[in-house]
Amino acid sequence: MAEREDLVATKTIKLHFGPQHPSAHGLLHLIVELQGEKILNVETDIGYLHRGTEKLGENLLYHQFVPYTDRLDYLCAMSNNLAYVMAVEKLLDIEIPERTKYIRVIAAELSRIAGHLLCVGAWGMDLGAMSILLYAFRERELVLDVFEMLCGARMTLSYMSVGGVRYDFTEDCKEACLNLVKIMPERFDEYEKILTGNRVWLKRNKGVGVISAKDAIALGLGGPALRASGVRWDIRKHEPYLIYDRLDFIVPTGTNGDCFDRYAVRIEEMRQALRIIEQAVKEMPDGPFNVDDPQLAPPPHDATYDNMENLIHHFKYVSHGFKVPKGEVYVSVESPKGELGVYIVSDGSEKPYRIKLRMPTFMNLQSVNKMSKGGYLADIIATLSSLDPVFGECDK
Amino acid sequence: MAVEGNQSVSIKKLTERFGDGIIDSSVYRDEVTLLVDKGALVSICDFLKTDPAFRMDYLVDVIGVDYMPASPRFEVVYHLYSISKRHRIRLKVKIDESESIPTVTGIWPAADWPEREAYDMYGIIFDGHPNLKRIYMAPDWEGFPLRKDYPLRGYKDKYNPFGEEKEELL
Repeated sequence: MAEREDLVATKTIKLHFGPQHPSAHGLLHLIVELQGEKILNVETDIGYLHRGTEKLGENLLYHQFVPYTDRLDYLCAMSNNLAYVMAVEKLLDIEIPERTKYIRVIAAELSRIAGHLLCVGAWGMDLGAMSILLYAFRERELVLDVFEMLCGARMTLSYMSVGGVRYDFTEDCKEACLNLVKIMPERFDEYEKILTGNRVWLKRNKGVGVISAKDAIALGLGGPALRASGVRWDIRKHEPYLIYDRLDFIVPTGTNGDCFDRYAVRIEEMRQALRIIEQAVKEMPDGPFNVDDPQLAPPPHDATYDNMENLIHHFKYVSHGFKVPKGEVYVSVESPKGELGVYIVSDGSEKPYRIKLRMPTFMNLQSVNKMSKGGYLADIIATLSSLDPVFGECDK
Repeated sequence: MAVEGNQSVSIKKLTERFGDGIIDSSVYRDEVTLLVDKGALVSICDFLKTDPAFRMDYLVDVIGVDYMPASPRFEVVYHLYSISKRHRIRLKVKIDESESIPTVTGIWPAADWPEREAYDMYGIIFDGHPNLKRIYMAPDWEGFPLRKDYPLRGYKDKYNPFGEEKEELL
């Protein structure tokens, strides 16, 4: 083999992949050093979508920042909402109602399914399997329909607010969720029929973009990508928040740490997410969905027309916000892409002094070089898709 | 979130070992925070990663915070996690504007990008970092956007008519 390589050795070239490239999942710029088709080095250049979200956050009231979190990972906005409001709640040291916890878990898991579906769909398309994208989008519509029922929006949800959620989880939503739980497994089987045994899919993904558990941990890889390398670490399981400690679900892991394992872990995670949704919908208690504190949860708009006190509360909430005790907290949730953390430093005023968002895509992309080195140019596409990067969150 | 078992025991163990290296320790909302001396940072990180009781093998994040007009001005915050022991710890180092801080990329390669981000946003120099250049902003960008004295709308130039006037240019 070595002889042959010497024979066809060409001089090294630098290829610019992106920032405008259909397989880059957004604005990613890779500077790939190539020898023939072999990759010698990959330099990742990000920042094309940088909007200064953290700076904006420092100049907004606590509740005004929630819509900005939607625009981070716009494919699964619920997880971002959740991480942020949980951080503020931890600073406030408040306990949210039991019903809210169930609603939030369902919302977060729905969003996980939406995110993973798009990942698998776009991944298939990048590798030439167009139909899987259309199927994945068909199912994603069903999930987005539930979001629409919940809060009227489909992508930028802003559903969660500090102290609860904006709208109640209605009976219709419950039915829609149970319907999803019923029909989705068959659809996942369909994907697996198309992909899991597909020779092209296997050739393009098996043994491609391999990373060992040790390297993955050292490089800060997280989420499904880390679990595919055999590390059983899921924040939902190991540092349970909301009601995850009461739910029965398993954390799938892979063994080889290649693209195929990352795909298999994602498919299994979607199935587990359905199990979680089913349990949460069935066990959801009745009760309020917001904390009983007019400072944090303003009265519904209708109630402000004929009640002076409600009008005052509403006005105060919108114009002044609420004060948060001095201190600093870090809260992390298991987002579809990995550990999504929010670090807030509060100086005791109505605006955060510093918000730092620990975005999983940002950390995951660090290992692209390690994964693709020594492989072929075409494998970068599979490797990138298997990390499921979203540049709204990577570039903040 | 917190260090497993008895938090005060683990803090005590660290203070005994590093003495003046650990300036302050606190527990707030069940999160352990240690304020460490800049000189002792690398040895403390190394100890936390290798010691069997801590095993902080996963670097979660490196964060810059600007406390202008306080002196020292900046704080660099490290969030560490142990995948085998399932606990978290937060280290903080205070540095001044003119100072630099040693990199921890030698201990956790994952610190590469977060340290570059802290440099990009605050101008904090990490000594020994293999590739310390801007990560989000353009390479020729002037100023450090997340500093408290950097205007929210940026500085006025031909691309940004809504920015603030730069004082020293007038």
